[in-house]
This record gives sequence, C-alpha cells and structure tokens, in this order.
Amino acid sequence: MYIIVVGAGKVGWNLARELLEKDHEVTLIENDRRRYTTVEQELEHNVSYGDASELWVLERAGIQRADMVIAVTGDDEDNMLICQVAREKYLVDQIIARVNNPRNRQHFDLLGIKPSVSATDLILRLLEHEVPEYGLVHLLDLQEEQLEIIEMLLGKDSGVTGRRVGDLQMPEGSLLISVLRSGKGFVPTADTILEEGDEVLAVLDPGKEDELKVLFGPAGDGGISSG
Amino acid sequence: MFILIVGCGRVGSSVARAMLREGHTVSALDEDPESHARLEVGLEKSWEDLGGQFTVGAGLEAEALEAAGIDQADVFIASTDGDNTNIIISQIAQRRYDVPTVIARVLDPLRAEWYARQGLQTVCPTRVAIDMLETAVRDSTGRGNG
Repeated sequence: MYIIVVGAGKVGWNLARELLEKDHEVTLIENDRRRYTTVEQELEHNVSYGDASELWVLERAGIQRADMVIAVTGDDEDNMLICQVAREKYLVDQIIARVNNPRNRQHFDLLGIKPSVSATDLILRLLEHEVPEYGLVHLLDLQEEQLEIIEMLLGKDSGVTGRRVGDLQMPEGSLLISVLRSGKGFVPTADTILEEGDEVLAVLDPGKEDELKVLFGPAGDGGISSG
Repeated sequence: MFILIVGCGRVGSSVARAMLREGHTVSALDEDPESHARLEVGLEKSWEDLGGQFTVGAGLEAEALEAAGIDQADVFIASTDGDNTNIIISQIAQRRYDVPTVIARVLDPLRAEWYARQGLQTVCPTRVAIDMLETAVRDSTGRGNG
C-alpha cells in the first residue's frame, strides 16, 4: 500500500517507521524545517518537507495514487482539513485522523472524518477500567448502532446481590447479556441468582448508564461497590 | 441582522465596526482578550456602549460559539489567521448551526477555490492582490520605447 502520513511528531515518526518495516511505501510530510532535518537523517527520501494542508504539497507527495492518508499533526483543524481534502478531492479510500482535544471529536464526526483516534480518550477508557471506583466500565460504543456495552462488578452491598434476574426491574432499553463468575461466563436466565463478585455485562441504549448504576449500586447511595 | 465574526484581527475588527455602524447586531469572538482593544480603534465610545458584543474563546469551542450567539446568527464570518481553522469552523456554522450566510477568509488561493466549488463562500485576499498586481502591470505604460 502507498500511505501518506502527515506530521512527524512522535506518533507520525514511529508510525512511518513501523509501516516501512511492514514493507509499505510511505511518505511522511513535516512542515517544521528543523524537525524535518532530524527525521530525514533516519527516513531519508521517505520524508518530505512542506505544509500538507497546501494542495500542491499533497500532490507532490503523490496523493492521487495514495491508498491511505493518516493525519497525526498536533492541530485538529489541520488533521480535519487534510483528511477532508484527501477523501473528497483526491478520493483516497482510507483516512485516519488523530484527535488531539477529545472535545473536538464532535467536529470530526460532523464532517464525516472517521475513523478518528484520540489518545486522551483511550487513556480515559483505560483509567475507567483500572480504577474500579468508577464502578461501571465502558467496554464498547457501537455508535452507528446506537448501543453501548458496559461491565459492572457486584459488591456485597449491591442492591441486586442475592436477587433473581427475573425479578430485577431492568430499565427499558437495557438487557443483561452475560455473567462472569469465578472466571467462567454464562448467559443468565430469569432464575439466575446474582452473587457478590459477579461481573455482569449489559447492553443498553446510550444514556441508560445512570439508571443501571442506581439499580446495581449499593442499596443506599446509588453507586456501585468496587468489591 | 445578527453578524458573528470569529477572529478579530485587522480584517475582522474593521468589518465588525463597519457593520455595527450600519446598524447591525455584531458579536465578535477571539481567543485573545487583547483583541478587544482593536475593535475600539477610532471609536468614540466603548464597543459595548455602542451595542457590540465580545466573547473570548476559540472558534472550535462549541461553548464559545454558543456564548457568542451563533444560534441567532444570520451571518457568520471566519476571519482568524488560520486558513484551516476558518474552513473548518465555517463548515461547523453551516452544518451544525444552520447559519444562512457563512463566509470564510482563506489566504491560500488553491484551498479557497476548491472549497468554493464545494459550496463554501470564500474570500481570498491573496487572489485579490494577485489580480490587482497583474492588472497594474498590464496597465503600466513603460518607458515609451517598446
């Protein structure tokens, strides 16, 4: 594949190196002269100097025949513009954009620029997974399908521990899909009794998280025990 | 009309003053609080006393755009010093906030031309300068010997 990577920061430089090792043809475009000179010592002719939001710079890099354009500069507007032009003007099949400020993700979505990758978002997800005080772990967002899958760990004081699944008043638009108990997973039936330490997975419509939190949390304060 | 101008440099602030003088409601948004002073150049009263609105914030922040009144805007002008910023926030104004008239200042003639073909109204000062210079050269008389 011929891949154009824009922005030779840490992300772009390492990405270009990995792609070259996998035998792809790569052009890395960098618009800071000093950074370009540094990177060029290693990547030689695979790095090109210029502002990739200038159309002639993209054309000089051969965007017309590129299979993929990856924009990973530190500037969200630049990444959006480069990907938009790549896809809509030069009809590049595959684009990937980096989101620096997660609050800008909505703009990437609005302009139809996807997939977009945000390191901050990824770390936040990890944090939610590693810090059980958050209670409820976001496993997956199916944006197109408008569904989420979350994981909850039941503590001793959870309002549902010891109760029959069939008796739970699950909020509308949510469904228990599996229970992990002592390392084994199974699909609960109406007669399954939930136990302390169970990890339950639920699929739900976006925005139902808070209702589930109340149901599965300690009977008193509405949060979910970290177990 | 309600006119929202993002980017209060020489261009943005001049247009803002002119529109206010013509009786429009004008709201200016800029990242730099100091740019407020540029709005008041040549004015006898303060920008606010004359009915102008000024918000500090970036054009990409939804909260800032909303605080500056984008929901009521009839006209949106993107005149920050970044071409890409202007192009992106103009599309946000068009698609997300349905502003009827959106104008982006784009210095790069190639980008201005392509986005104009995609339906974005662009103003390209560089193109204007190129045309004027070419015309001036063509109209020049020379030394009269050839």
